[in-house]
Formats: sequence, C-alpha cells, structure tokens
Amino acid sequence: MVEIIDLHKKFGKNNVLNGVDLKIDKGGIFAVLGPNGSGKTTIIKSILGMVIPECGTIKLFDTDIKKNSDYRFKIDYLPQIANFPSNLKVIELFRMIKDLRGKTDRDKELIKTFKLESFLNKKLGTLSGGTKQKVNIVLTFMFNSPIIILDEPTTGLDPISLIRLKELIAEEKQKGKAILITSHIMSFVEEVADEIVFILEGKIYFRGSIKALKTKTKQQDFEHAIAKILTEHSV
Amino acid sequence: MKIPFCVLFVLISTCFAAAKTITICKAGCDFKSIQTAVDSSKSSDSLFIKAGLYKESNIVIYKKSLHISGEKGTVIDTQNHGYGFSVEATDIVIKNLTIKNIEISYTKEYAAILLFKSYDFAIENVRVDNAFFGFLIQKSKDGLIKNNTISGDGKAEADSGNAIHLWHCENIKIIDNDVRRMRDGIYLEFGNSSYIANNYSTENMRYGLHFMFSNDNTYENNIFEFNGAGVAVMFSKRIKMYENIFKKNWGTASYGILLKEINDAELKHNIFEDNTIGINADGTNRITYTENTFKNNGYAIKVHGACYDNIYSRNNFLYNSFDLSYSGKLNSNKFESNYWSNYTGYDLDKDGIGDVPYRPVKLFSYLVNRTPESIVLLRSLFIDIIDFSEKVSPVFTPENLIDNQPLMHQVTW
Amino acid sequence: MFKILKYSFYDLMRSSWSYVYLGFYLLLGIVLLFLNNDLSKAIITLMNVIIVLVPLIGTIFGVMYYYNSKEFTELLLAQPVKRSSIFLGQYLGVSISLSMSLVLGLGLPFVAYGLFRSNAIWDFSLLLIVGIFLTFIFSALAFNIALSNENKIKGFGYAILMWLLLAVVYDGLFLVSLILFEDYPLDKLSLIATMLNPIDLSRTLIILKLDISALLGYTGAVFKQFFGTSFGLIISFIMLLIWVLLPVLRIIIKSKRKDF
Repeated sequence: MVEIIDLHKKFGKNNVLNGVDLKIDKGGIFAVLGPNGSGKTTIIKSILGMVIPECGTIKLFDTDIKKNSDYRFKIDYLPQIANFPSNLKVIELFRMIKDLRGKTDRDKELIKTFKLESFLNKKLGTLSGGTKQKVNIVLTFMFNSPIIILDEPTTGLDPISLIRLKELIAEEKQKGKAILITSHIMSFVEEVADEIVFILEGKIYFRGSIKALKTKTKQQDFEHAIAKILTEHSV
Repeated sequence: MKIPFCVLFVLISTCFAAAKTITICKAGCDFKSIQTAVDSSKSSDSLFIKAGLYKESNIVIYKKSLHISGEKGTVIDTQNHGYGFSVEATDIVIKNLTIKNIEISYTKEYAAILLFKSYDFAIENVRVDNAFFGFLIQKSKDGLIKNNTISGDGKAEADSGNAIHLWHCENIKIIDNDVRRMRDGIYLEFGNSSYIANNYSTENMRYGLHFMFSNDNTYENNIFEFNGAGVAVMFSKRIKMYENIFKKNWGTASYGILLKEINDAELKHNIFEDNTIGINADGTNRITYTENTFKNNGYAIKVHGACYDNIYSRNNFLYNSFDLSYSGKLNSNKFESNYWSNYTGYDLDKDGIGDVPYRPVKLFSYLVNRTPESIVLLRSLFIDIIDFSEKVSPVFTPENLIDNQPLMHQVTW
Repeated sequence: MFKILKYSFYDLMRSSWSYVYLGFYLLLGIVLLFLNNDLSKAIITLMNVIIVLVPLIGTIFGVMYYYNSKEFTELLLAQPVKRSSIFLGQYLGVSISLSMSLVLGLGLPFVAYGLFRSNAIWDFSLLLIVGIFLTFIFSALAFNIALSNENKIKGFGYAILMWLLLAVVYDGLFLVSLILFEDYPLDKLSLIATMLNPIDLSRTLIILKLDISALLGYTGAVFKQFFGTSFGLIISFIMLLIWVLLPVLRIIIKSKRKDF
C-alpha cells in the first residue's frame, strides 16, 4: 500500500532523513516512534507531499506520488496541531472539505459521537484546543480512505473522547486499512499498535511487533524497551 | 460755370450705361474666355462667369475696376500653370468662384489670386483647391477677404505656400476664412492695422497665423488647431489677441503662440488647450495676459530671457503638466490673481483669495530643461517630494516668482 | 483552483479589512468629487493615490493574508488539491477582492457624480485598469516575499522595503543617473528603466493620457515613436502583463518546492 524507498531530506544543513526504506503492504496499525527530531513528522509529511524530499521515491498503491495530487484521496490525515482558518464556522469547514474531497454522510454520525452539534455554528477561532482536536478527528475520519495517518491524535482529548477515538481506530482497522500513528503516549501505542516502526537519526532502526522489540532489547516492559534504545544511542 | 441739366443727365446716364454686365460661358454668352472678357471690359463693368470648367491661367487685370463673380459650379483650373488672377487695380471684387491646381514653384510665388497695389478690393466666397499660394496681396490697402476656403496638399514646408499672404499691406479685414494644409494659414509681413477674425486655420505645416514686422493688428475669435507650430507673432507691436482658441499644437517646436520680440501686446480671453507649449515668450515687453485659460498643456507658459514688464493676471491654469517654465530672473514681470488648479492652499477668511502664495515654477521643470529624458519621471512620487521641498525652501527657482493672490475659483468671463 | 479561490474570496469578504479598504476608497472618491467639484482635478489626484497607495495596500494585504492563512494552507495541503492551485487560488482571492474594493469604492462615487456623461470616462477607466494591474502585481510580489520568508516580521519588513524601493528610491536613482549621464543619449535607457519598475510603467500609461502634450515636446526619435503612436500604450500593457505573469510563475515554482 505504501512504499518508501531510500528517502533523504535535509533542512538547511540538518540531515533529517538519511535513506528511509519502509514498506507497508497490508492493513493494520503502525506506530511510528522515535525521539524528538528523529524525522517522524517529516516522513509523514513526505507521504502527504507537504515536504519535498531531496531524493527517494514514495509510492502509494504502486503509483509515484510525484505525479499527481489525486493520491491524497486515498489518505485521511490528522495533523499534529489543529490549525484552522479562524474566520470559518465549524459547519463551513466541514462543508468546504466535503466540497474539496467529495460527498460523505459519515460526518453526521461522527459529530454525534464527539458531541459537536452545539459547536457547529461557532467560529473555529473561538474553540478550545480539545474541541478543535475533535473537529480535527471528525474531518479525518469523515472519508473512507484506505490509508489513515494520525499525528499525535490524543492531544488535548478528554478520557471519553479518547475511548471513542480508540474505538474508531479499531473499527477502521477492521476494514483492513493501514493506519499510521505517531504518539508520545506509550500506553496508547502499546494498546493499539500492531507494529512498531522506530526511527533513529533519520533511519529506520527497528520494525516489528511490540513483542519482537521487547525481545530485542531484552526488556519486559514496552516503555523501558523504548528507553533502552534511546539510552544506548545516547540521544 | 453752369452745366445744363440735360448735359448732366446725359453724363450720368452714359456712366450707368457703361457699367454693364458681361457674361461668360462656354456657349451663348458674351464671351467664352475670362481673359478676353476682361480685355474687352471697361472699368466698373461686372463679369459674370457662369457655371462650367474654365481652363485658364494668368488672367491679368490691369488698372480696371471689375466686379468678377461666378456661381455655383464655376471652376477655373489653372492646370499647374502660373497664377489664377493677377491683378493690379483699385475697387476690384472677385467672388463666388473655385480656382484650382496652382503651380508649385521654388522661384515664384504662384497664387490663385495675386493682388498688387490694389485698393478697396474684396475677395469673397472663393474656394482654392490644391493651392500653392492662395491669395498673395502685395502693397495693397483697404481690402476685405471673407468667407474663402483655401487648402493645399503640400508635403513639406519647401513645396507649399501660404493660404493668405499679406506683404506691405494696410487695413485689410480677413474674416470667416477656412485655411488648411498650407505652409502658413495666414501670413502678415509688414501688414499693419488689419483685422483678422472668425477664421479657422488647421493642419498647416508651419503656423496657423504668422505676423512679421506687422503692427497694430487685432485678431479675435479665430480657431487654430493641429498646426505644425501654432501661431507666431514676431517683431511686431501693439497686437491685440482676443478670444482665440489654440488647440492641439503638438510637437517638439510647437506652441499655441510663439511670441518673439513683441511689445505692448494684449492677450485676453484666449483659450489654450492641449498644446505642447501654450505660450512661448521670448523677448516680450509690456504685454498683458488677462483672463486666458490654459488647459491640459505640456507647459502653459514658457518664458525665456529678456522679458520685461509683462503682467499675467486673472488667468486660469488648469491641469497643465507644467504651469510655467522660467529662465533667468523675474525681471519685473508679475503674476497676480490667477487661478491655478495645482494650488493646494486654503482660504480661511473666505475672500476667494488663497491665504498662502503660490509658486508656479516647479523644480522639476528645471530638471526637464536640463535633461529632457527625465520627463518620463513626470508625476512620480519622488519628483513630488523634491518639488515639495523646493516649494518649502526655494533654491533653484526665483524666490520672488510668486502669485501672492492665487484665486480659489476659476475665473469666468 | 476555483474552489480555493472561492473560499479565499469568501474568507476575505468576511474580513473587516476589505471593508476598511472599500470604505477608504468610497470616502476618497466622495471627498475628491463632491467637495472639489472638479472631475479633471479629481482624476489627477486619484492618479497620485493609485500609483502610490494601491501598490502599498496590495503588498501589505498580500503578505498579511499569506501569513494569516497559514493554517488554512496547511489544512489544504493534506487535501487532494494541487499545490499551485492552493497558492494561485489564495493569490487570486486576494487580488480580486482588493480590485473589487478599488473598482467599487472609486466607481460608485464617480458614477454617482455623472461620470458616464463626461469625457473623463476614458481617463478614469484607464486609472482603474492600471490600479487593477498594480493590485495583481504587488499582491503577487508580496506572496513571493512571504513564500520565501517563514518569519512574519522579516516578511513584512522586506515587503515594505520593496514598496519603498519601487515607489520612491528607484525614481531617485533613476533621476540621478539621468543627470550624471546627461551627455549620452538617454531616451532608450530611460524607457527601459521605466519598463523595469511596475509603478513607473503604470505612471507612464497614465501620463500618456494626461500629459501627452508635454511628452510630445521631446526630440528623441525613440521617444517620439513611443509616446506619439499607440506603440507606447501597447508595449506598456504587454510589460504590465509580464509583470503580473513573472511573479505568479515564481509563486507556482516556489510553492512546488517548498516544505511545510
């Protein structure tokens, strides 16, 4: 579904990605982990075409993403920081994105799930961080795309919404979708992730199940396993 | 001495009998040719040329007072050979004719009508097509040139003449004529005490109207437009210029009026519109410019050196690129109580006169005189800024060149 | 692109700045006409305003809109929309809404004053066309500056600097060099220098109409051909068009290469 071959990216003199190779050919939940500045967001943004890599190819369903922007119809993306045009009302934002991506009815159901009905006619600039994140989640799950990318999806969510989000992710996984998640909340990752993609110094350091990671680092606990990798490499 | 009544009667009646009307036409009239008719006429006869084409030239009228007239369709074609009429006579009238195809010469001034030493003449309703010179009037007096149309087809100044050309004449009235595509529309050389009014002079290669060494003339209500260089008044005294319109004289050496070595003239109620230079004054003394309107000219007035005691008052300066360009010192010339559309002052006491004096000369006009290409910077913000600073503390422009009583409203008359 | 244009346009129509801008022009038009009562004078004053203020407002608005709509841009970037469409849509949204404010703000008072019954209509239309061109040019330049500078303050600084440079400093240097090299034939050079600055170019178009009498007073053959025939008008319009197209082209290229 997603294939990344030898991806390189520099920001100024700073090498962020040094030849990333990643292949995802079946559905499931993939947690992209790594220390701050390791290049997680850069990889995600490269897939979305927001960051232009120096070299390397990214293919989605065997098509190079450089060719056309239409491949983004196949991706639902939840950005890390929910920034929206503040002049727009929530309902208008939904309408606009639907206008850009096509029709869907799922928004009504999601609005109900996250209890956003009373906010629909408020301007986005006036919403709290948590509410914005809910709007963000609705926007992401509104469309039924085979690939979902979630960048720090738990930020600012209350416990109930968090549970609903997990349910939603599980539901999507059932449909056989590939879901990429970055998160700093290890418990959340441990709970939902099928596979871990660990990024270190711009390369994929480890890829496999949580169990395999524990074995590799000889740790019982997932959080400690991660910490072990980090201390070994003194990052 | 006693003259018997009957003798007197006979004398008078023979006089009247002598003043007969001779008709000319191709068939059935007294004569077929104008020249033979003229030759066999007596003084104070009338010649009536009926409609038709007459291929004649150099028709000479010598010391006979004739009244020659044609009708609609009377055309004399000189076939590019010499003059049309060549006249030396008093009390001569030529009217209602068309004369065409006058020979172009580089040595002789061939004209449709040449008058030499002729007094009390009248030329009316004559149309001259394809003229070299139109009317050439020399050493003549007391004439009327009215309602004629003269047009040429010359391509350059050298191979074209003037429509109405006066040389050493006096007291001539030139009224209601239409002159176009000649060298000069109307030219007075040593022409004095003449009156020029209601003429339309256009598309002439040099001047619409031209005075040389001609004094005490008045011209009014004329329209001059699209002439090569506008109107020129040179080396003349006491010229009165009223209510004329000078329009669209465009070019590097084009003016509404060029004034050169002029004394004691008066300009009043003239309109200068869309000229490269409205008035170009060079060596002019004691001239009053009153209640004229200068609108949309490149320069309204350009004053060169040696001008003294000129008074510019109650004129309207409207939207000219430059109101005034001035060389040298102010020299006792005065600008007072004019309306300047560029004036930005105020009138707190509401007396119709601006409370702040106006400086009509901009620094930029000096720059343009020095480096003509800088004209492309006209109306640039930068130029406005340096003009403003010059206005606040003049360095280059004469300090006393000021209108102390700029009007707040346009002058109407 | 048209969808983005539509949303940018709606967004701007909702912003109070558009109304401030519209109100400013309405006021200017009314003051110029009804207090002065002189159409020709109003047109000349208007020319000064358009030449100086329209570029400034286009610049500031362009930069401001770019930085303010950063979130909007990021939201759109993840959507199946071409990058060039996003930026062109936003750029056109800004330019069109600014042009509309200009045309309506000045047009209404002039129409109310009876413009259609006067022969100043051509001068006025030319002014508006030039104003629209300047809006498009300077919004595009502003977008370029903003695209190249992540830092908002820096971006604003450069934008204002660019305006100052083109509106004032350029002409100063131009004049000085004309005076310094006055012994050489300068007509071609001065025309080329004019073409290289969109503000000068627009000014040329306007003085071709308002000051043709003065322009025809100069001897150079190049000047004569340029100002005396429709050649100057045509060349100026083509150059203005190029001045719109080049920055727009750079917006497209730059936006394709930029990381977000």
